[in-house]
This record gives sequence, C-alpha cells and structure tokens, in this order.
Amino acid sequence: MSAEVVLQTEPVGRRGEHLYFALRNPKVAGGLAVVLALLLLGLIGPFFLSDSPNEYVGPKSEAPSGAHWFGTTYFGQDVFTQFVHGLRSSYLVGTLGGGIAFVIGLAVGFTAGYRGGLVDEVLNMVTNVVLVLPALAVLIVISSYLEVRGVVAQAVIIGVFSWPWVARAVRAQTFTLANRDYVDLARLTGKRSWRIIVHEIMPNMASYLLMSMILLFGGAILFAAMLDFIGLGPANAVSLGTMMQQSMAWSSLHLGMWWWFVPPGLAITLIVGALYITNVGLDEVFNPKLREM
Amino acid sequence: MLELRNVWKSYRVGTLGSKRLTAVRDVSIDIAPGEVLSVVGESGSGKTTIGKMVLQLTSVTRGSILLDGADVTARGHAARKAYYRRVQGVFQDPFSSYNPIFKADRIFEAVRESYFPAVKRAEWSARVDDVLQGVRLDPGSVLGKYPHQLSGGQLQRMLIARALLLDIQVLVADEIISMLDASTRIDVLNLLGELKERGLGVLFITHDLSLANYISERVVIMRHGAVVEAGATGKVFTDPRHPYSRNLLASVPQLHRKWSDSDAEPEALEPDGDRDVPPPPLTEVDEHHWVAGV
Repeated sequence: MSAEVVLQTEPVGRRGEHLYFALRNPKVAGGLAVVLALLLLGLIGPFFLSDSPNEYVGPKSEAPSGAHWFGTTYFGQDVFTQFVHGLRSSYLVGTLGGGIAFVIGLAVGFTAGYRGGLVDEVLNMVTNVVLVLPALAVLIVISSYLEVRGVVAQAVIIGVFSWPWVARAVRAQTFTLANRDYVDLARLTGKRSWRIIVHEIMPNMASYLLMSMILLFGGAILFAAMLDFIGLGPANAVSLGTMMQQSMAWSSLHLGMWWWFVPPGLAITLIVGALYITNVGLDEVFNPKLREM
Repeated sequence: MLELRNVWKSYRVGTLGSKRLTAVRDVSIDIAPGEVLSVVGESGSGKTTIGKMVLQLTSVTRGSILLDGADVTARGHAARKAYYRRVQGVFQDPFSSYNPIFKADRIFEAVRESYFPAVKRAEWSARVDDVLQGVRLDPGSVLGKYPHQLSGGQLQRMLIARALLLDIQVLVADEIISMLDASTRIDVLNLLGELKERGLGVLFITHDLSLANYISERVVIMRHGAVVEAGATGKVFTDPRHPYSRNLLASVPQLHRKWSDSDAEPEALEPDGDRDVPPPPLTEVDEHHWVAGV
C-alpha cells in the first residue's frame, strides 16, 4: 500500500528521481553545503585578497581582528589570505590526485573483475605490487628528488600510488555482480561488454564508487597535508598542510597562537567529515529499498 | 533446428588455469520446432552448462552447435547479436534476472534499444502491452514497478514476454519454475506449452522428473556431464533402462505415499571416474529410446 503511494508521487525519469531524493536528504544537503561553501571560498576568495599570501602585511603574531580576520603569523603574514589560497591548492590536490587514482583504479578493477582468467591474474599481481609498496617512503623519495615541487606534481604522485585499494574493491564487487543473471540477460540482448559494465554493473556500485571517489579525494588531501607537514610540500605555493607545518615549526602551540593552526586543521577535518556524511546520505538515495522503508 | 554435436566443455580452474574441470562430455542433442526437450539431471550434471553454451554465454571446448545447419559457435559480436534474435533464454532466479535498482520494464526498453531502434515509443509500448497480455499479465499492474514490488511468477512471465518481442525460434528455459510456488508454477508451465503450440522449440532444463513428464515430448537424462538415457518421454518414464534413471524415478515423491512406506533401496551406481575419457556410447534399445553403456 505504501509502495503504491510512493510510486504515484515519484517524479518521472531516473535521473530526476535521484536528484529529487538527494536534495531532500538532510545528510546529502548538509555535507554538500559544507564542501561547496569551502570550495567557493577557495575559488573566489583569492580575487578579493592579495595574490601573494606570503607577503608580510601586518603586525607580528596578532590575534584575529577586523583588519586580519584570522590574525597574523609569527612573521606578520595574513592567516586568512593564506587559508583561502591553501583551500584552493588542497581542493586541487584532492581533485587531481583523487581523480587520477579513481580512473586507474576503476579501469584496472573493472577489467580484471569482468574479464577474469589470465587478465585478472596479471592485473591483480600488478595491483598487489603497488599496494605493498610503502607509499609514504616512495613519496618522500620522489618528492625530495623533484627540482620544483608544485601542487600538480604532488597530486600526480599521490594519484599514481593510491589506486590499488580501489582496484581491488572494484574487482571484488565486479566479480560477484558479473555473475548475476541480469548481466547474462544484457548479453542476451546483444550489449557489448563496456556497455554492460557501465549500464548494469556500475549503477549497482554507484554509491560505492561515490564513496571511493570521496575517500580518494579526502585521502589525497590528507596525504598532501602529511607530506606538507614533514616539509615536502609545494615549494612555490601555500597549502593547508604547509600552513600547519609552518605554525608548528614556529611553536605556535606554545606561544598560544591558536589562530594559525586551527583554521587549516579544522578545514581539513570539515572537508573530509562532510564528504563522509554526504556519502551516507547518498546510499539512501541510490537504494530504493532503503528509501521506501 | 537447433543441434548440439558432440559438445564438450571443460573449465580452467586454479592458479593460471593449471587444472581442468570437465562439465559436459560428448553431448549430442537436437530440438525441433514445436517441441519441448527436457534435460534432467542432478546438481553438477552439466545441464545448466548446456543451456549456457546454447545461449553462447560460455564457450564450447569441443564440438559444435548448429542452428538450421549453420555453426553458431565462437563468432563475432554482430553475429552473436543476430543469433540472440532467434535464440533466447530465461533463467532460474527471477529476482537475480532483474537489475534491482532499475524498474523491471527496463528489460523491454533494452530490447528496443538493441534491436528496434527505429520503432517509435508509442508503437513499442503497444507491442509490449501485446506480449504482456500474451503471457497473461495485466500491463498496468507490472509496468513502472521495481522488481521487488513484483512476484516471482510475474517476473518470470515478463522475461518470457521479453523473449517474445524478438522473433525467436528457440527458448532456453533453465529451471525457470523451480523458484516459484506450486500454483504459479503450473501457469508458467502451461505458458511454455502454448509457446510450443506456436512452433517454438524449448530447451527445458530441470531436476524435476514430473515437470519433464508434464511438458515435454522427449527427455535427456544426464549424469556426471554425460547423457545416460534419452528418448521419448513415454518410453523413458515407463521403461527406464539405466540404473540412474530408475533411481531418479523412484525418488519422485508421490501424493499418496509416506516416506515410511518406501522400502526400495536405490541401485548401486558407477562412481564419478575420469571425465576426460569419452562416456559410454548410447545404444538404441527401442524405437526412440537410447541408453548409455548397455
């Protein structure tokens, strides 16, 4: 009975339907609002502020005030300007690094899981080799050998090393999904393999894929922050991680300069946390069974 | 019409395909138009593999499958697509045959996309309504719903309707009613009977002898990947010559018999041996009646 009611109120079209439920899900709406607000700040903020976040603009070690919203650093740099520029590079690292890892992971995972056999064994071997490489050590070595360390180079390195777990998880899911009868039925309808992967298998993993995208995005941001924090960050730009590294290097914690390290730390936490909450909400959106109960 | 000629199937298993598992051994069967051929056997007898090979979902290791005299095994995508216009299948689990996150009527739309892209939407939905009524479903009550909102019987009938949208000659029905309850079972079974009257050849795969007897003219009994007995349903069921067939027939539960009444011990059977050697050949013991190893 309740199913009938839901059916009649459902808007026509699958995409519209998902959007309809997504926008009415408080978790999705709230999580996305936080992520987008910070993204917006990072995108348009720099246009209203100084182009050089490392410029010495004000008194040293000043607490937040009307002139310097987030206060100033030990050297008199504006923390808010740095923060806004840092957001920008963090989102860039997350998008690029996470995106590269996502594409490689998906390609390897789907190919291995759907084709199976020898193809699977070879790809799985490569995946396992990359998986057991101590990524942090490799990243440290590569990063320290690069002449110019930019945000993009950092993102590419992170992307190339963080795909294996996605590939493994996608492969495992594809294995079980590829054996469902509806995949056979799609083959009986004369569909090609890539169409079956995209139209039959991928939608069933949509929530999972979004989750990996979100985890990779967040993971890349965290990884970048970690590299920055140990002094292997971009040499020519400000990021949230380098801000934290600088603040620690100049003992802001002991000097009580909380305004120097709290904004970047909080921003990283907020971005990653909001992405997780979005993902939980998206699961409810994509699964009609969860939705109707 | 559809003919399997000395078909073998072995799967590669283990690391880098180091071991082989032979699932089907030297099977030759044929289906004529307007005929239901039942393939009966226990789990692991290779009957489902035969269905999958006919549907080209798995490759044939040795031997060939012919449709109207032309070999259809291992061809390109276009040829395979054309083949599926004439040969279709319905599977055992109705709930696994539908992608759970899409509405069930998507299977009809997929057929239009692949085979009738030129047909207008309105004309297509008229055709869908027609075939749905043909399988005695009310279009209004099954269209626009998710699979979990429909019953197993409705879902299986929709799959049959889907097959009928194409001008098929052969339908492979792999255990299609074993997951339905008793009352819907007979409806779907009678539907197969109607398809047969229309001139379709049906490959009916089942483990249930009484169903095979009910619906089919000819029956093939399989064990360990090979045919042990084959022939006209009446002959095989009234006069089973192979010990395995006799055991199978004795094991069918009957309405007026309790388990405590049965005293017959099953006959001793040959154990599963080397599956790579050809199985004992079939010999004709009677008109339209073949038995292995007599």
